[in-house]
Amino acid sequence: MLHSKTFSKKTRGGKVQKLVREVYLRDDIYCGASFCKVCDTSAARFTASASTILVLDTNVVLNQIDLLENPAIEDVVVLSVVLQEVKNKNTAVYNRIRALCSNPARKFFVFSNEFHRDTYVQNMTGESPNDRNDRAIRVATRWYQSHLGDAVKVLLITNDRENKKKATEEGVSAETIESYVKSLGQPALLDLLAQPASEDIIMEEVEDLRPSKRKVVYPEHKPMSEITAGLTSGIYHQGKLRVNRYNPFEAYVGSESIGDEIVVYGRGNMNRAFDGDIVAVEILPQDQWREDESLSIADEDDDNEEVHLVPSSADDAPRTTNSVSGSASDTNPISGRPCGRVIGIIKRNWHSYCGSLEPMPMPAGSGGLVYALFVSKDRRIPKIRIQTRQLENLLDKRIIVAVDSWDRQSRYPSGHYVRSIGEIGDRDTETEVVLIENDIDARPFSAQVLACLPPLPWSVSEQDLVNPIRTDLRHLRVFSVDPPGCKDIDDALHCMMLPNGNFEVGVHIADVTNFVHPGTPLDDEATQRGTSVYLVERRIDMLPKPLTEDICSLRADVERLAFSVIWEMTPEAEIISTRYIKSVIKSCAALSYVEAQARMDDSRLMDPVTKDLRNMNTLAKTMRQRRIERGALTLASAEVKFQIDTETHDPLDIGMYQIREANQMVEEFMLAANVSVAEQILKHFPGCSLLRRHPTPTKDMLEPLLRTAASVGLNLDISSSKALADSLDHAVSDDPYFNKLIRIMATRCMTQAVYFCSGDLSPPEFHHYGLAAPLYTHFTSPIRRYADVIVHRLLAASLEIYKLPTIFRDRPQQTSIADNLNYRHRNAQMASRGSVELHTLIYFRKRPIDTEARIVKIRSNGFIVFVPKYGIEGPVYLTPRGEKGGGEWFVDEQQQKIKKMDGSLSYGILQAVKIHLEVVEPQPNRPKLQLTLL
Amino acid sequence: MEYVSPEGLRLDGRRPMEMRQLRAQIGAVAKADGSAVFEMGNTKVIAAVYGPREVQNRSQQIGDQALVRCEYSMANFSTGDRKRKPKGDRRSTEISLVIRQTMEACILTHLMPRSQIDIYVQVLQADGGTRSACINAATLALADAGIPMHDLVTSCSAGYLNSTPLLDLNYVEDSAGGPDITVGILPKLDKVTLLQMDAKLPVDIFENVMQLAIEGCKAIATYIGEVLLENTKQLEYRKGL
Ligand SMILES: [Zn+2]
Repeated sequence: MLHSKTFSKKTRGGKVQKLVREVYLRDDIYCGASFCKVCDTSAARFTASASTILVLDTNVVLNQIDLLENPAIEDVVVLSVVLQEVKNKNTAVYNRIRALCSNPARKFFVFSNEFHRDTYVQNMTGESPNDRNDRAIRVATRWYQSHLGDAVKVLLITNDRENKKKATEEGVSAETIESYVKSLGQPALLDLLAQPASEDIIMEEVEDLRPSKRKVVYPEHKPMSEITAGLTSGIYHQGKLRVNRYNPFEAYVGSESIGDEIVVYGRGNMNRAFDGDIVAVEILPQDQWREDESLSIADEDDDNEEVHLVPSSADDAPRTTNSVSGSASDTNPISGRPCGRVIGIIKRNWHSYCGSLEPMPMPAGSGGLVYALFVSKDRRIPKIRIQTRQLENLLDKRIIVAVDSWDRQSRYPSGHYVRSIGEIGDRDTETEVVLIENDIDARPFSAQVLACLPPLPWSVSEQDLVNPIRTDLRHLRVFSVDPPGCKDIDDALHCMMLPNGNFEVGVHIADVTNFVHPGTPLDDEATQRGTSVYLVERRIDMLPKPLTEDICSLRADVERLAFSVIWEMTPEAEIISTRYIKSVIKSCAALSYVEAQARMDDSRLMDPVTKDLRNMNTLAKTMRQRRIERGALTLASAEVKFQIDTETHDPLDIGMYQIREANQMVEEFMLAANVSVAEQILKHFPGCSLLRRHPTPTKDMLEPLLRTAASVGLNLDISSSKALADSLDHAVSDDPYFNKLIRIMATRCMTQAVYFCSGDLSPPEFHHYGLAAPLYTHFTSPIRRYADVIVHRLLAASLEIYKLPTIFRDRPQQTSIADNLNYRHRNAQMASRGSVELHTLIYFRKRPIDTEARIVKIRSNGFIVFVPKYGIEGPVYLTPRGEKGGGEWFVDEQQQKIKKMDGSLSYGILQAVKIHLEVVEPQPNRPKLQLTLL
Repeated sequence: MEYVSPEGLRLDGRRPMEMRQLRAQIGAVAKADGSAVFEMGNTKVIAAVYGPREVQNRSQQIGDQALVRCEYSMANFSTGDRKRKPKGDRRSTEISLVIRQTMEACILTHLMPRSQIDIYVQVLQADGGTRSACINAATLALADAGIPMHDLVTSCSAGYLNSTPLLDLNYVEDSAGGPDITVGILPKLDKVTLLQMDAKLPVDIFENVMQLAIEGCKAIATYIGEVLLENTKQLEYRKGL
């Protein structure tokens, strides 16, 4: 072991401080070549027959990661200095290169050049950190060449011209990534190359085919120093840019410095920022604060609003704060919210996107290199220009494209092709697109994960029965009530009359944590997945099937381990006492909602289970009543159910999901169990409990609901959830569907409930608005939600059954777990919706239909309708697309009506209309649903 | 933050079980009865011992054993910011106490009744592990002063970051906020005389980390032994023996 010291200076918080750091230089860092005579070869990575070994420069890793992931690139040295630079610049790329390095199938070797005796480079006076790192890369390359001798060629791959020049001068062979890939003789690889940003390469190479495009389209981004200064002085504001999912020309930047959202209208003001980028924004003068430039449904160019599923919460809903103005005239009402424009991008959120190429004619002399425009499925993403040599192949495919750069001269960002998924419109392809778009890992479980499962066939053992932590509840009459065909049963119930006239009610939840132990690969995988994902025709499990459908599933007539919450309740459903125990149960019946309902309704049946059901139903009704009195909202959503052909997997029928009393009964007890568990864990672990909260909607968020209600003469009181619940109850008219419509509209104004760590917020913020509960958590579905697994562990620790896993002492990590759960949960919902939308499209492809719809929003050239039967929503145009109003129609804002100029026709909000629903293909391979007025 | 790379190297190039470079010099302060400078990497501590001598404040005198006093301080230039370091604040009082108790446990105080031993330690340069360095320096200074002891106390710290036990944390690792155990042992007697940790750690992990710290103490003991032996040889040489 060799020691040495270096000195480095660092600035922190404006002050210049001298920091001294030691560096221990070693002689036990090996080169990774199995044929090396000098080094320890136990960790060697390179192929024994390697003729060329590549050393990558930082810019190559940062920009060409898609290419590097291709198996054609092998025998690569990744220097620790490069890893460090990549990590500082782009975490996503860093994780990907790290994954490559740890993948034993790939020949990527990490060489810790910064700690090697012969490759450590001391900073020279006057040398910038960048130059020093470039030199370190060259020194390491040269060391490799001299270390391995003439047997192999060591090649430095760099796209930095300066570095390449210096390398050649110093006798190190260096090439650009382009020329290296060309030398491999695989033309398909060339498509994977990222398009270099213009500053790096000579202008002639990048010059667009159409010279007219080379004019400046976007304003310049301010240099970083100016941005930092502007942020400190308060001229600029920093925040994450979020693009409106339903109007890609509108974005919001949540700024902490002004405590409000800044609205950014138009691509020009967004100035090349992508959704998710951290940007610096400048507020526009107040007279330029305006609402959306255009109120018509069709916005700019060819971007049309499409028919989509009805949003189930404000998170899915189009964010429209714009009131319908008098007409589509030039009156731009001054908005109350500040508007701004992006002046610089602090951190890019570029990744790869799913979509397809914009249809274009095959250019003459095809087979050569062409430019094509890629349209992402995610409407928030602008079109991306890519270069391809296989246009013909790609036109009818769903493909993945990554963004490389966006310079001021081009209207669109440029990117490169990554891979293709399959044919457009094909169900499997489109399903995969839905999964990729929502970042859902649908790969089968790895061998390490499966190795964590107990051996099959599994059954309750003698050890489980004598275990002092477990109570034997097999004598209880436990049963489950679930949707028909449910295989992953995670909850069961029992209800027993006590001699004193009270009831003992138990909720028994599958004891998943008995099988999923912290720190195991199984647990890590479940943490990552966060939730099971339910698509129309398949389910992507959070845990492997043997656990979900067998070992943990509380099926009828088998003994299973459970975690039970048992209450003693008065006949008025007041909880007298609560017990939490790990138990062994034996369910006597697995009922479906329909069966349970039928049993309760059939007065001739007097068997014990039916009696229990009726008792529970009575209790549940009381509990529900009390909850509603407290102010819990009864919200409505339009959930759609498909009947799927078992063989072809095509949807056969489509309809709304019917909610029965039995559903509500089970739901009521699950809510109660969750509340009881939340109280218990928070009492024992006030700083690290995982809870769920539902923020109170702001007045702004409820604005659309109020406007709609007002236009039909309804006055809603939104001062509290109780007041809102009451006024929703009173919202009745002679229209039987009216109340449901109002509730659906209320639901979509609210945001979703979220998980959080109790240490991160103060108790008043724990409130769950929708349930009107001060505390809430998720305990009842550990088979399909990871949050419940965490809560099970907390509950077990509060009972001193197990120790609390170490992770709970690490607040930041816990917060990041809660964030990940929210992210996964949200994505799972988006994927379900995406899957339903896809199947709706497939269903109507062969079945155009006439149906009734309700008008939910008035636009200047038509209106948005909601089709209750199919749970979809979309635009209906009164004037041909592109024409804005046309003069034939005008909007009466007061009454929320669109009227014909001659007064012969008018349409108002919530009015029922007959529409025709069909699938059209305006462009080849681009089917979409279209609604037309009958 | 990644404190141990997947290649198994720490931020300063050490492997998890490696200690920083040790350096020691005996007799740095001529006026003192015994003195030493001890370095662990960039942490540098000087210790000076006076005594056994007459008790200055008669009221503190103990009839059957020696009075051991200790004063710990940090030089103003010991950290990068060169701020004035307060004397007698909580932290330094606490460290003074820790050092005093640890040294007292190994000094044969009953051999020197009604006398006083003063130990002064000052941190010249701080880069993590100052507590351990102070104890090691004090041990050397006591040995240099020829004060009778059961054994040479040595101390070393270990931490737990990125699910890896790490020996001898430097400043960056120390400020990561992870658990940090400081252990002092009497190597020949194989006894632990100091154990400090101000974080929660599961027992099984704690045992591993503590074992690692003990291994570190033993290595330091070997090193200190060599230094003393070398010093004695020098003395012999100078005296012409
Ligand atoms: Zn070698």
